[in-house]
Amino acid sequence: MSQHKTLIRGAKVLGDRAQDVLIDGATIAEVGQGLDAAGATVVEADGQILLPGLVDLHTHLREPGREDSETVLTGTRAAAVGGFTAVHAMANTFPVADTAGVVEQVWRLGAEAGYCDVQPVGAVTVGLEGKQLAELGAMHESAAGVTVFSDDGKCVHDAVIMRRALEYVKAFDGVVAQHAQEPRLTEGAQMNEGVVSAELGLGGWPAVAEESIIARDVLLAAHVGSRVHICHLSTAGSVEIVRWAKSKGWNVTAEVTPHHLLLTDDLVRSYDPVYKVNPPLRTEADVAALREALADGTIDCVATDHAPHPHEDKDCEWGAAAMGMVGLETALSVVQNTMVDSGLITWNQVAERMSFRPAEIGRLAGQGRPIAAGEPANLTLLDSAYRGQVDPVHFASRSRNTPYRGRDLPGRVTHTFLRGRATVMDGNLT
Amino acid sequence: MDSSSEGAAGVPVDGSAAVPTPPARPVLEAPDIARVLTRIAHEIVERAKGADDVVLLGVPTRGVHLAQRLAAKLQEITGHPVPVGSLDITMYRDDLRMRPARALARTEIPGDGIEGRLVVLVDDVLFSGRTIRAALDALGDIGRPRAVQLAVLVDRGHRELPIRADYVGKNLPTSLRETVRVRLTEEDGRDGVLLGQRATAPTAEQ
Amino acid sequence: MKRHLISAADLSRDDAVLILDTAEEMGRVADRPIKKLPTLRGRTVVNLFFEDSTRTRISFEAAAKRLSADVINFSAKGSSVSKGESLKDTALTLEAMGADAVVIRHHDSGAPHRLATSGWIGGSVVNAGDGTHEHPTQALLDAFTLRRRLGDGPGTDLAGRRVTIVGDILHSRVARSNVHLLSTLGAEVTLVAPPTLVPVRTEQWPCEVSYDLDAQLAKSDAVMMLRVQRERMNAAYFPTEREYARRYGLNGQRMARMPEHSVVMHPGPMNRGMEITAEVADSPRCTAVEQVTNGVSIRMAVLYLLLSGAEPAVTDTSENPAAAPAAAPGPATRTEENA
Repeated sequence: MSQHKTLIRGAKVLGDRAQDVLIDGATIAEVGQGLDAAGATVVEADGQILLPGLVDLHTHLREPGREDSETVLTGTRAAAVGGFTAVHAMANTFPVADTAGVVEQVWRLGAEAGYCDVQPVGAVTVGLEGKQLAELGAMHESAAGVTVFSDDGKCVHDAVIMRRALEYVKAFDGVVAQHAQEPRLTEGAQMNEGVVSAELGLGGWPAVAEESIIARDVLLAAHVGSRVHICHLSTAGSVEIVRWAKSKGWNVTAEVTPHHLLLTDDLVRSYDPVYKVNPPLRTEADVAALREALADGTIDCVATDHAPHPHEDKDCEWGAAAMGMVGLETALSVVQNTMVDSGLITWNQVAERMSFRPAEIGRLAGQGRPIAAGEPANLTLLDSAYRGQVDPVHFASRSRNTPYRGRDLPGRVTHTFLRGRATVMDGNLT
Repeated sequence: MDSSSEGAAGVPVDGSAAVPTPPARPVLEAPDIARVLTRIAHEIVERAKGADDVVLLGVPTRGVHLAQRLAAKLQEITGHPVPVGSLDITMYRDDLRMRPARALARTEIPGDGIEGRLVVLVDDVLFSGRTIRAALDALGDIGRPRAVQLAVLVDRGHRELPIRADYVGKNLPTSLRETVRVRLTEEDGRDGVLLGQRATAPTAEQ
Repeated sequence: MKRHLISAADLSRDDAVLILDTAEEMGRVADRPIKKLPTLRGRTVVNLFFEDSTRTRISFEAAAKRLSADVINFSAKGSSVSKGESLKDTALTLEAMGADAVVIRHHDSGAPHRLATSGWIGGSVVNAGDGTHEHPTQALLDAFTLRRRLGDGPGTDLAGRRVTIVGDILHSRVARSNVHLLSTLGAEVTLVAPPTLVPVRTEQWPCEVSYDLDAQLAKSDAVMMLRVQRERMNAAYFPTEREYARRYGLNGQRMARMPEHSVVMHPGPMNRGMEITAEVADSPRCTAVEQVTNGVSIRMAVLYLLLSGAEPAVTDTSENPAAAPAAAPGPATRTEENA
């Protein structure tokens, strides 16, 4: 027998009772009690939580073009540390991933790195400019097999272009992931528009700029019978619109980032650009609505919007700083903190929201599968009892722009398996 | 002068060190103060040949009250009013950076100015001489007096600059461990000069 | 006082009154033959201006020079370096040159706060206007002017005084600083503007908001007119200049309805014909010129209070061995000891 075997002993599968899971090669061979360890590397889980490998619908890997902030290699290593086995690489690279050539390059870099499946996202429009549709079909037919399209970072704000894109991707069951931001309402916007922005004199980013686009797009999706995915939903009003659209039976899905589940715009009072992000941090009321919506399924999944930036792009005044935060390596901890430890959802539901649903939305074969015999061995083992402070010095990501520096967060991924191979072992990359 | 050149005069600027432990001993009582001021007024008239061009400038806070008392006495003696004002020296101090920034006191130069006049600076205690050095600098920026003289209620010695008083109410030899406090009715509700002991010896912190 | 002056909100009532009282004394220096004090001799004040503002710069420059500080003017406008790098790199340069205070004007809200808290420099930071955030020394000079004009002397605040601030509140750092400072000093502040130029959620601010100028005139001790940029019209904040002037401009008729003792203030530069007519601007009730004069006094007071305090690193013990080595700054109160 040439295939490598691993036995995970005593893991709480999806947070339920402790079981043994035997991995044989790339596949789960058996799940049960007291499995035979003969010939297998044994991982003593000792009550840790076993989850399906996490799937991120929203990651910025920055390659090609901004390798100073992240590469496919460093980004996927960060993903593995965070318990992810698949990430969707956003299209706003240089050049933009708007052709089959670029998406294949990213896909190939991911396969070569081997830490995590990299599923490129294709741009909706050429150069993210919102004017002319990119070759969506060609990207779908390429080796990368793109099914998710997004101009993320920019909004597909032209209603006609959005309508056409929604219609066009129906031919191959694609989905348009919208970055909902009405551009005119957010000219010069620097942070959430509200009490804090008025006081700090920073350009306001009104909730309505997000909500008006989401309202338009769910109506458009319903009208043309397509599916639409809403990226990083951030306001209570957006939740209401998505809830309403779902009640109509329309094919709408939505994601929320970990930081929008935890942080509020009050942090901007420090003028520390580490809190500068798009969409901006909102209010306590928004955070509460987002948590509730993630718990009741209105929001389908958690996506990191991992957005690495080099130090100098954050070590400056607020107005000059880049928007975005890294998130892959802290996502599961933030979800445990905000959703599980607070009793809003179970680990089973974490698996649903961080693996099954995102894989389903992205039509990602072989990811987001149940933990059962015969399934691909994409697994994440989490020590949920761990408590520690976030120290970005230890990040695998090339960038350090985390808003959680020095913050106490629970949980730590001890092992990540990508098709049977450990990418993370005892908390360390292999 | 108030706490003024205390730091520069070689004693800890730590405020707590200024609290004397044993009770302070009075060295001048109210009648003594009145008497020495009268004497100084007479000396001024005598030395200034009638005090026609005298301008009295008190150094805040207590020097100003003393200057006003002197002015009243000079008027009694000469029969004409003597211009009196105040000269804040805070901005001219040489120890500004050794202590927290302080509020400024009022500088009030009498209407006719000091140009060509005999300015008599008035202060309560003469110690290191740094306050008077600062006062001379401040005066130079305001005008050019014919001459400048100095009147103090108490001279306690320990000069750090070549400065002496022209009129002294009382010479009081002291050690650096001792404190001299002037109390004036206008400021403190009663008149008196007290000699006390420092809680901490000046060199104890070395 | 704190080591920096970033926001008027950082000032307590007593801090503010101390600054105003100190400025009163500073103002008297201007009447002397020698308009200079030796107080900040040997200290370096850098005017770091990322935005053109000759008026504010020369005011700070005059203030620093009257206190005998060395002044370096650093105009970073038009620098080809990326904005972010330029603030940090410039700060490091100033630190290397030994700047004791940096007076900063910047187009980004929060830049002075960043400069003060980033660890890039060790000196004091004075906000000379940041983006649409704050301009604390302007508010201080406004309060100073108001206190003088309304006849309240040193030691007093502005309790019970009614101040109406009119114009582009949304984009005004002067308005923000004034709301904080004037309310700290006990004044009742009312903001008047078209709704498009009122920031969101001002109901949480320590002031009233009105859209009707005429309703406020009769009860105002002071009406402060803010400059309204004509370009705002293009962003649809108001339809035309004429309509703005008609609804929110201060003209002779409106001024006549103000109480006799009340004053008209303007931070300058004025847009005559827009927010203020020439008749009002040139009337003796308008304090615009006085505000400029008072600006120097206020900035002297701020520099003096920020810079003249204890600095252990410069304590000179050589003259007298008994002086406490690098003495920890004592309490701010004067000791009663006579020395």
